[in-house]
Formats: sequence, structure tokens, C-alpha cells
Amino acid sequence: MSTTTDLGVPALRSGTESVPTLDAGAPAQTGKEFTSDQEVRWCPGCGDYAVLKAVQSFLPDLGLRRENIVFVSGIGCSSRFPYYLDTYGMHSIHGRAPSIATGIATAREDLNVWVVTGDGDALSIGGNHLIHALRRNVNMTILLFNNRIYGLTKGQYSPTSEAGKITKSTPMGSLDHPFNPVSLALGAEASFVARTIDSDRKHLTSVLAAAAAHRGTSLVEIYQNCPIFNDGAFDAIKDRDTKDNALIPLVHGQPVTYGVPDADNNPTKGVIRDPSTGGVKAVDLADLHGEDGDHQTALDQLIVHDAHNPDPSTAFAISRLTDSGYLNTSPIGIFRQVQRPTYDDQARAQIRSSQDAAPGTPTDRLTTLINGTDTWTVV
Amino acid sequence: MSKQVKQLDRVIIRFAGDSGDGMQLTGDRFTSESAVFGNDLMTLPNFPAEIRAPAGTMAGVSSFQVHFADHDILTAGDAPDVLVAMNPAALRANLGDLPKGATVIVDTHDFTKRNLDKAGYTANPLDSLGDAAPGHPMADFNVHTVDLTGMTVEAVKEYGLSRKDAARAKNMFALGLLSWMYGRPTEGTEAFLAKRFAKVPDIRDANITAFKTGWNYGETTEAFAVQYEIKPAEMTAGTYRNITGNLALSYGLVAAGVQSGLPVFLGSYPITPASDILHELSKHKSFGVTTLQAEDEIAGVGAAIGASFAGSLGVTTTSGPGIALKSEAIGLAVMTELPLLVIDVQRGGPSTGLPTKTEQADLLQAMFGRNGEAPVPIVAPQSPGDCFTAALEAARIAITYRTPVMLLSDGYLANGSEPWKIPEIADLPVIDPDFATTTNHGEGDDAEFWPYLRDEDTLARPWAIPGTPGLEHRIGGLEKGQGHGNISYDPANHDLMVRTRAAKIARIADSLPPLEVDDPSGPPGQGKAKVLVLGWGSTYGPIGAACRRVRRAGYHVAQTHLRHLNPFPHDLGEILARYDKVMVPEMNLGQLALLLRGTYLVDAVGFNQVNGMPIKAADLAEALGTLVAETEGIDLDPAVFSHPTTAPADHEEAPR
Repeated sequence: MSTTTDLGVPALRSGTESVPTLDAGAPAQTGKEFTSDQEVRWCPGCGDYAVLKAVQSFLPDLGLRRENIVFVSGIGCSSRFPYYLDTYGMHSIHGRAPSIATGIATAREDLNVWVVTGDGDALSIGGNHLIHALRRNVNMTILLFNNRIYGLTKGQYSPTSEAGKITKSTPMGSLDHPFNPVSLALGAEASFVARTIDSDRKHLTSVLAAAAAHRGTSLVEIYQNCPIFNDGAFDAIKDRDTKDNALIPLVHGQPVTYGVPDADNNPTKGVIRDPSTGGVKAVDLADLHGEDGDHQTALDQLIVHDAHNPDPSTAFAISRLTDSGYLNTSPIGIFRQVQRPTYDDQARAQIRSSQDAAPGTPTDRLTTLINGTDTWTVV
Repeated sequence: MSKQVKQLDRVIIRFAGDSGDGMQLTGDRFTSESAVFGNDLMTLPNFPAEIRAPAGTMAGVSSFQVHFADHDILTAGDAPDVLVAMNPAALRANLGDLPKGATVIVDTHDFTKRNLDKAGYTANPLDSLGDAAPGHPMADFNVHTVDLTGMTVEAVKEYGLSRKDAARAKNMFALGLLSWMYGRPTEGTEAFLAKRFAKVPDIRDANITAFKTGWNYGETTEAFAVQYEIKPAEMTAGTYRNITGNLALSYGLVAAGVQSGLPVFLGSYPITPASDILHELSKHKSFGVTTLQAEDEIAGVGAAIGASFAGSLGVTTTSGPGIALKSEAIGLAVMTELPLLVIDVQRGGPSTGLPTKTEQADLLQAMFGRNGEAPVPIVAPQSPGDCFTAALEAARIAITYRTPVMLLSDGYLANGSEPWKIPEIADLPVIDPDFATTTNHGEGDDAEFWPYLRDEDTLARPWAIPGTPGLEHRIGGLEKGQGHGNISYDPANHDLMVRTRAAKIARIADSLPPLEVDDPSGPPGQGKAKVLVLGWGSTYGPIGAACRRVRRAGYHVAQTHLRHLNPFPHDLGEILARYDKVMVPEMNLGQLALLLRGTYLVDAVGFNQVNGMPIKAADLAEALGTLVAETEGIDLDPAVFSHPTTAPADHEEAPR
């Protein structure tokens, strides 16, 4: 059983409620059962290993029948993921995994559907499918491994690479402004948007659990280090010395604080509204303490994170605290989780109500259908 | 006053007007009346890609041609005997298609200076009709000038409609007039109008009144002295309805779901001329049919592939440009060996091409338009009603052989209609999905599921759907090892898998019936013909009609038609070898001919037309007759097969 962090988000209607569970009294599953017999072939030190291990350890927590779990991927290093899990899976074509998963999830209520994708797969070649999956809110969880580089094609810049990046295809520096995957997903009105880190097993597992429990499309951006083509891209948010000032953890219902703790173990930074821009900004709490130096006075001025806010504007504003260049600052956690009807539930409901209203056997109804209303008989 | 009644064996009528004049509806109603009356018929709607091109211009002309007869006919006819023209542009756009002696009924109302200018007329072609000298544009025709609009407005004034709304009923006036001329039953149209405009009683009553007034006008006016009678056609016993290709195709897909027990899942993106199938299937949720209007063509096929993986019958519908976008995903379905129906309602290309016109130029795209050796079976319907059977056949192949199947319809089949003998459901094939439910390799604790362990006869792999315990497996676009299905880069395995995928598609031919060769000059296999004409798809009608002309002129020709373009039926090579010459008429530059030459080393002679319209029987008959004459060493004037000079002889000949 994995350990989890309380992210402060209560479960709404469950993403897995229509998926068959293990029989009562059946022995608990193990991570090993979810491990296929295929040799894992990522580069040594790749962040994908940590994510794979976390997912393999986490899946038993769901208590679902293994045959009812499906992983779909596109193309890229991370998209080999399904081969390493002993569930049903499809390693598809570049960028199209969300569309294939949409077909699977809509056709079958009893399946727990996952998409594994990368920054190139999801945001470049498959950008259209991603935003439309989020808009439709199909019940599935998308794990977007963001290493900010193209790995499988050997080191070209990706749609999340910082501008000016020197790569094989941009010897004088890339000219593209990067996407922020969380901002993009919030702009597409995704119902669940989160960000986590490959190396923080505890946080990663907590986010996976919340994402799987969410009914609708859950987008989870996972910062993932590529040791070959973009090593160190996430050092500032991972190194013990810098991470406290770099990571802004989001906890539903809590003021947004971070920073190296002071002598009283209180956070030293926080996020407040910025009336001058309509957005939010990070500040030193010392500047908010007021004359009496009271920490609570500062906390009272901070944004209290509300993942359930139906209006995504504040979540979007918080997502803009992410550096678009080298990553020195980034919020992590669940940015948004709201419940709205899913495409697949509604599609099935339309079919069910039509079937309930239709008399007779399919064969009889087919006869009626193809005859139509204007027939004539030749004897 | 009693009028003269003339017997005719067949008539071709073309209704032409502005895009907003309701010509498609008028044609549809006339067709339904004729179908219910019992004539055999074929229709050819022809409309611009623009929804409402500028009113009164040549670009905005929309037409509907219907050919109906007292005998079995095969085409919508080459040239109309009767043209109904609702404005100057409609007259000018269609006049060139009329044979000498044709009847033209013109609504004179819009023959104003402004509308004549828009149509490009410098002088009113209706002027001085009485003493039309040679060279007058209307000299060759029997012209009836009628103020259809004016009479319509007058007839419906009691309903208090605006002048514009009142004038809109003029198409029903025209329909009433033509219904009188050809003795069509009228109850169906009245019931149709009552239902269609049930919510707007004034409009409903105005349309019904216009329709009846048109009929009465024909009966009472001295301008139309003759009524025509076209007796019902002799047809095989059964229950019939009129049906378009897109509707028949939609019903075929619903039937494929019922006959296989699989839920149908359509992933589609709107595109002319295929969108009707999406619209139609979206109405049939009670059959468990899911329709997803995807964000693009690729997502449409992607969702269908996902649904197939999950145990549905995945279908995607599109036209040629959409196939181009779906190519990579179709390759994925080839590699993962999942059932998938890919419906291509072909239109004029390349690129956006001619969206509302017909063509057969996607055959090679269907055959080869993917990277790698990616064989896909191809099925083509030959008439609107046949789209039903073809859809079921495509589903049979897809499910049995675990493969994507391409179904090539076209714009002519899609929108054209014909009487269709409604099949009994009990006579339809039953398709067994034969899902894998148990491990298939090893025993006891070593028992495993191998997703690429094949059926010995069909070479199909097992289809194990998620939710089946113990059969968890992964598939994908990377090459898989034969049997176990794990990723394999082994050179020998790739060679084996490429050949195996090809062999699997080739084996479909084992399940196909022998080709039927039509040569009435002798018992089967012993006909006298030295020339074979071989087609595929919607050219079936024109080819059959051309063969009738050639035979009627006293010459021999054999005909056969391909439903399966990949694989070819086993006996095709032997049949081709029997004839001195093989002609292949196609609405492309010789795509089937190329495949036949490459496969059978046969010197196929092309007859190729790519003008967006169906091949005309007379044109083909002349080419075919000339080839027959050359082959048989006969010296003849090919004009015996070509356009006669007077109407109504320009009809396809009755069979003999």
C-alpha cells in the first residue's frame, strides 16, 4: 500500500465507480501483478522509471479488476509505458492516444482508462486531441510526462522547451514560446488539472489517486527528467537547497504558501492577488506582516486555494507563476477539480434511454427501420 | 375537356432552379410518386457546393434528374426529355444537355433584364418564340412558357403570406403540373407536405394548394394538350421502397450491428458527401449505435479504433480528403489487426476538388495510401440500394479477418436513388465476432494468451477485448512477433509478418463467390463475345446501359462487375484471359486498369471520364461498340451507338 499526501480535495462522484472491483475476500493485488514480462528499455536514470514504479505500486490501491484497466499511449519515450504494465494496452500513433482512449471510454463504462503521453505527443502533434478530450470531459486520466525536450528523436526542442534553447534543430536557439501545460488545460476548461514531479513518489501517488478518483478527464502533468538530452531541467525544484523557494505546493482550502521556513518553522513566501494585473503574485510574507510582525496577518492576505471553484480564472492565474524559461518557480498539486457531466456518461445515457423507449427485438426494429413509410409491393 | 393520352416507355425529367428554389425536394417528391406508382427509376441530384450561391447566377443552379420507365433501367439517363427551368440561369445552364425536340417548361416570372444579365443572356431567349428562326437558342425545343410564380402567388393569396413566402411555393406548383403530365399519384406528396409543415399551417396550406393548382392547371389549360402514361415496370416480387445510397449505407451499418451483436461506434467528422451517414446513424441510438462527431478526421478514426479495441464495430465515414488524413491511423488498424470500417464516399479531387460531384479516383489511395506494406480489403457498392449489402459485406470481412476494410461509395451513389427491394432480415448474413475468451498457448501455470497466434484458415488473430480476465495484452503500431505479439525488430520476423498480413488479406478471396459474367449470346461460359467490359462501383448502371445499346445494335459484349477490389475474386484472371479485349470504364484516369495490368498482365483498354458526372451510356456505348467492331473485324459506323438526334429516343434501351 502506498503512502499518500492529503491534498485537501474531497472525492466527488468516483471515476472508477462503474468499473468492476476485486471480489470480496480476494487477496490484495501487488505491484508485481501489474508488471509485465517485458524488459524496460528506457535510458539509465530516466525519470520514467520512477513514474512506472509509482504507477505499478499505486494501481493495486484502486482495487479494480486488472482486466478492466486499459493504458493507451502515443509515440515517444514515455509512450512505451503500456508494454510494461500487465493490463490491456495500446501503444498507438503519434498524438492520437486521447482520441483512441475517447473511443474506448465511451464504448465501455466498465473500463478504467489511462493515457500516457509526453510534451511532444500531447502538446505538439496531438495538441488538438488533447484540448478536445479536456473539453468533452471523457472519463479518463491523462499522464503527461513533461521533460521539455524530444527524447526519442534525439534531442530537438519541444513545445515546452524554454525559448532560446540550443538543440540539434536549433543551433542558434529555439524561437518558439513554450506552452504551459497546466495553463493550456485550464484554458480548455479541463475539470481536473494537476502537476507533480517524477522524483516525489509521495506527491505523485497522491495526485494519481485523486486523478483516478475524478470522474471526467484528469490531466496530470508530471515533470520528468531526461538525463540524456535535457538533464537538470528540474534541478531547481528538486535540489534540497533550492526547492523550498522553487515549489509552490497547492492544498485545497489552505493559504498558498511556500519558501524556506523561518525560525518558527513558518513559510516565508505566499501568493496574493495582484490588483494591478488581475492575476496573482508571489510575495515575501515579511512584507505582509504589518507593524506588529504577526504571521497570521500575513496569512490572512493570501489566496486560499480553492480547487473546486467553478471559475478557472484564479487557478489559471496561479498556473502563470510557472517559469516559462528555466524552471526556478512552479506551483504543484491539484490546480482544479470540478465536477461536470462527462461526455461518455451522457452518450451512454442517450443510448440507454433510446433503447428503453424502443419496443420489440432488434430484428423486428430493423425490419421496421429499413421498410420506412413509403413502400409498395410487387406480386 | 378530355386530353390525348400518349404511351411512353420511359422519360427523363430534369428540374432546375436556383439553390433556394427547392429543386431537390421537388425531385425527391416526383421520385417518390413514381416509385409508389411502380416505375423503375434512377435519380441524379446535382447541386453546387455553395449552400446559397448568389441568387439567379449560373453558380447557384441546382438540379435533380429523374429517369423513370416501364422496364428495368440502369441509369439516371444521359439527356433529359423534359427540362423544368425556374429562372434564366437554370435554363442557360441546362439547355446544352437537351437533345433536339426536348420539352422545356420555363417559369417566365424571373426573365427580367436583371436576371437575364445575371445568367449571362444578352437577349431574352424567350422572345419571338413563335417564329423562332434557325439559330434561335430555343429553336430545337418544344417550349412552354408559364408564369409559374405569378400563378402560385395568385393561388395562395388567401393564406395571407408575404409575397416572398407565397412565391416559394412555386416548386410545388411545378410539381403539380408535372405530376398531372405523367399521371403520378398525389396522395403521398399531400401527406408529406401536411407533415413537413405541420407547425406552420399557412405555409402547409399554401404548398398543398400550389401543388393542387399546378395539377389542375395542367388538366384545364390548352397549353398542355397531351398527358403521358408510363406503365409500372415489371419487377421481381417483393416489397420495395425508394432509397438513396447514403441511407442504404447507414441502414447497412445498423444491420451489421444487429447481425454481429456488436454495438456500432461511428467516429466521424462532417464532410460532403458523407455527412448524411453521420446524421442518419445519430438517429439510431436505440440500436446501440454511438456516434461521435470528432474534432477532426484523425480523431474520428482514432475513436473508432479505440471502440473496436474495446469490442465495438468501429466505423469511420468520410470522403477522399478525410481518407488522406486518416491514413496513418488506418495503418495502425492494419498493424493491430482490429476490425474497422472505413467508408469513403468519393468526390472529385485532388485536394478539396469538387465536393458535390462524383468521381472514382480514390481507388489507388484506398489500395496503397499508407506507409509500408499495408494491405486493406476494398469493397464497392454498384447502386444506391446495393450500399446496404456492401456495408454488411464490409463488416463481415472486417470482423472475420480482424482488419480495416475500405468501402468505396461515391457522390452519385450517395445522393442518387432507386427502388430497392427490401430484404428479409432472416436472409441477411450472421456475423460471429468470435471473441477470444481463454488462453491459447501453453498449459497449466504456463498458459498464456498470445494475441498474434492466428487461425489456420483465415490467418486472423484472436480478438480479446478488455474485461476478459487472463487475456491482458498490449498491441500497438510497432512490429510484433508472430504468435506472442511482443515487440520484435527481428528481420526475419518482420519479413514473415509483412507476408502474413498480405496473405491474410489474400485469403479473403477464399470466401468470395465466383464472378457473374453477363453475356446473353450463349449459355454461361459459352457466349460469343470477344470483348469483356469490366467495371466497379457506381459505373455499373452506365456500363449495363451501354452493353444493352451495343447488343441491341446486333453485337456481342460480355459484362462483369467487381464488388471486391482487394483481393480480387479467384476467377477474375481466368475470366479476363477468355476475352480478346477488356474494356475498363472508370471515373478516373485508369486506376482499376492499372491494378489489372499489374496483376494479370492484361492489356486493359480504359474508358475514362473525370468531369464530376456519371458516365453517359451513349458515350460509353460508342467507345465499346467501336472496340467490339475492331476486335471482331467489322466495319461499322460508330454513330449507331451514339446520341440519336431526336427525343425521346435518347433513352437507354430496354434489355433484350
